[in-house]
Amino acid sequence: MTSISLNVNGRQVSGEAEDRTLLVEFLRTNLGMTGTHVGCDTSQCGACVVHVDGQAVKSCTMLAVQANGSDVTTIEGLASNGTLHPVQKAFHENHGLQCGFCTPGMIMAATDMIRRHGSALDEKTVRQELEGNICRCTGYHNIVKSILAAAAEMGNAQQAAE
Amino acid sequence: MGVEGIGARVARKEDKRFITGKGRYTDDMVVPGMKHAVFVRSPHAHAKIKSIDTSSASAMPGVIGILDGKQLTEDGIGSLICGWAVHSKDGSPMNMGVWRPLAEDTVRYVGDAILIVVADTGDQARAAAEAVVIDYEELPAVTTALAALKDGAPQIHPEADHNLIFDWEIGNGADVDAAIANAAHVTNLDVDNNRLVPNAMEPRATLGVYDDSEEHYTCWTTSQNPHVARLVMSAFYNVAPENKLRVIAPDVGGGFGSKIYIYPEEIVCLWASKRTGVPVKWTADRTEAFLTDAHGRDHVSNIKIAFDADNRITALKVDTIANLGAYMSLFSSSVPTYLYATLLSGQYNIANVHANVRTVYTNTTPVDAYRGAGRPEASYLVERAMETAARELGVSPAELRRKNFITQFPHQTPVIMNYDGGDFGASLDAATKAADYDGFPARKAEAAGRGKLRGIGMSCYIEACGIAPSKAVGSLGAGVGLWESAEVRVNAVGTIEVLTGSHSHGQGHETTFAQLVAERLGVGMDTVSIVHGDTDKVQMGMGTYGSRSGAVGMSAVSVALDRVEAKAKKVAAHLLEADESDIVIENGELKVAGTDKSVPWFQMALACYTAHNLPDGMEPGLKESAFFDPTNFSFPAGCYICEVEVDPETGKTEIIQFVAADDFGNIINPMIVEGQVHGGVAQGIGQAMLESCIYDPDTGQLLTASYMDYAMPRADDLPSFDVSTTVTPSPSNPLGIKGCGEAGAIGSPPAVINAITDAIGSNKLEMPASPQAVWAALNAK
Repeated sequence: MTSISLNVNGRQVSGEAEDRTLLVEFLRTNLGMTGTHVGCDTSQCGACVVHVDGQAVKSCTMLAVQANGSDVTTIEGLASNGTLHPVQKAFHENHGLQCGFCTPGMIMAATDMIRRHGSALDEKTVRQELEGNICRCTGYHNIVKSILAAAAEMGNAQQAAE
Repeated sequence: MGVEGIGARVARKEDKRFITGKGRYTDDMVVPGMKHAVFVRSPHAHAKIKSIDTSSASAMPGVIGILDGKQLTEDGIGSLICGWAVHSKDGSPMNMGVWRPLAEDTVRYVGDAILIVVADTGDQARAAAEAVVIDYEELPAVTTALAALKDGAPQIHPEADHNLIFDWEIGNGADVDAAIANAAHVTNLDVDNNRLVPNAMEPRATLGVYDDSEEHYTCWTTSQNPHVARLVMSAFYNVAPENKLRVIAPDVGGGFGSKIYIYPEEIVCLWASKRTGVPVKWTADRTEAFLTDAHGRDHVSNIKIAFDADNRITALKVDTIANLGAYMSLFSSSVPTYLYATLLSGQYNIANVHANVRTVYTNTTPVDAYRGAGRPEASYLVERAMETAARELGVSPAELRRKNFITQFPHQTPVIMNYDGGDFGASLDAATKAADYDGFPARKAEAAGRGKLRGIGMSCYIEACGIAPSKAVGSLGAGVGLWESAEVRVNAVGTIEVLTGSHSHGQGHETTFAQLVAERLGVGMDTVSIVHGDTDKVQMGMGTYGSRSGAVGMSAVSVALDRVEAKAKKVAAHLLEADESDIVIENGELKVAGTDKSVPWFQMALACYTAHNLPDGMEPGLKESAFFDPTNFSFPAGCYICEVEVDPETGKTEIIQFVAADDFGNIINPMIVEGQVHGGVAQGIGQAMLESCIYDPDTGQLLTASYMDYAMPRADDLPSFDVSTTVTPSPSNPLGIKGCGEAGAIGSPPAVINAITDAIGSNKLEMPASPQAVWAALNAK
């Protein structure tokens, strides 16, 4: 067992975990944060995407001990003070989710995608970048639409701020 | 239409919890003292169990119990059932083998459950499961239906000689043969329908909790129909009487049919909770899901369509062999029969139709309903054959279809179904216009200039939804009625709870059902809550599948609302000293029509509960329930067009455009309906171009048991879709809804394959049309 200390969604947390414990298991089982999901065992589906030190990571590909000392943001920490993140809002407004199971990973991956590409995102890029996230409900149509809408809104907000 | 009422594109009420990580799925549940289960499963497709040694495994850290099938039998737990009795054409009952929740003597597919291991942690249970020693005597295995029927094939169940479950027929065979003999042209096509894995993104999970002080069981489970799960586990599996069993299906992450059935794991975890004295949770990993979730499709068929000299269809004849896997799953017998052959008339006026269906055991995962369930198989056959016929006859595929469309309703087909309405020409027109069908030759020529092969394909599907009139399905062998129940509770402050037997696992019922209430009672959607998925809260229900929640589930709500409205009007008339027939409900008020007299909705509700001033003899309270049984199936139909470009060098196919024009009857929320079509079309394109469940024919090992091996459609495999609707209301339910959940998966595979075969100029192409398969078809000419 190793003692692990993380900053999750702005809160310092610690716990004991076996060396083989995956970050996603640590979040779900040790911390009881069940917003991050497990949809496969081969790091294909992306339901478990979180941000580690600002970058999107499949939390099933990382051991909890590897994340020791890191800042982790999960779907539970994306909204701030009750205000939805623009990506969350866009998924709601554009019907970018149905059963909701892949949604946390989709939103976390999309947020990272927009951070990297900004408002220059186009449909082709979004579709290529979603290669690591599987959805069985939406056919991706409205997920792509949601991400493009969020990218545009975040780009506009950034322009307004500048 | 108000901003929240019927027809409005209301964003979903349930979204917030899902986009903020607050969804509550079965694997998220934690109860005090909860332990974790892992199943020991057969690594062989067919074997005798000679001995089981759990001694070292039982001594491993954290292990609480390892239970086997003999103990399960000792405790009187029943065998899994098939709930739809289909008879062979000679009148004999189906040859059903025994399916024990834990195999005792023989295992019949890779993944067949043998033991449950319960331990403090999942890792400990997994380690102990690996330490169990089972001595098997391997037996020969067979994975395809054709091979299983042959003399000398491995015999899987003693009850089914030659592995034949039933040999069934429908329609007028002699007339069909005569019409084919006299035809001016007969199109004859062999068509396979590839086996698929439903792959809901949430793996199946269950949590069984036994409370010995009350002798009561609670089952959290990933179910599309918790009440049916309770009924079946009580009536057939002898887990507990219904009043001692609560089944809760909380948030469920997709189903597509695979979560209709009551699987061994639910039964065994409940039983193990009593045996071990601890709550027992099991969650499938993805490979376990591939191995044990009921699969879909897997038909081998021949179709013949006969035409007269005027290109009118005179007969249609089908011969199908359906692979049902190692055991008969809950509705497996109905899928390749009453949900399949009854739709073989398609959208066409055909006097003579006959189908023969043989169903067969193999050493593979059980096969049952998957999105569309029989109707995709029917549409794929008919629509590939129609496109083929048009090419053979040298006529436009659109016009050949139009010429043969049914235009008068009601229309009795020769295969049971009575189509009660539709306008097939309207959806054909809408689709051809949206796709610029007539402009295709120019686009093909342009693509040829770039070295690409462009093709266009069409499909005009029909399906039967709103499943279904109970008397009708009962006469066809169904073991249950397929009505739906609802209760509308108006609270004393006027807020409303709707309890429904439908179950939402992505369909958005918490929004659409609330829209119906908002429309009818003129109240805000924020004052309406939809309650579903818990047998302790909702009286009864048949659940969600077969695109039935709108047509049947919401209709039950509608009937209950009629009753609420009637009582509310009586109370308002009494309070306002007016005649009941003059009361109208509008904008949260009950008004006397043509006057300024009104009483707010909440005040009327309060009056029902204070009961200080009600009409003489009226009971206090305002709560009504209803059981709704439709008068017919509903018949969604539509026209899909797919346009592709094939790279002749690589066989890689790109979908240039995909157009769907559907008639779903009346629509509550177009945004949600479009989402259903998008998802269905994606699954249909997946079937047509990517997905296939492949078994090693010698060993019976599932070779495609992970997302590394089974090609799930990803975002960059798919285009954006052009979807639209035309409307002819369904006459079989009060809301005029036909259903939209499955259409996309039904209509799209033939459109895609018709487009690719058009592009490559060869009809010898099976699904999935991978680049390799397309290249091979192109170069086999």
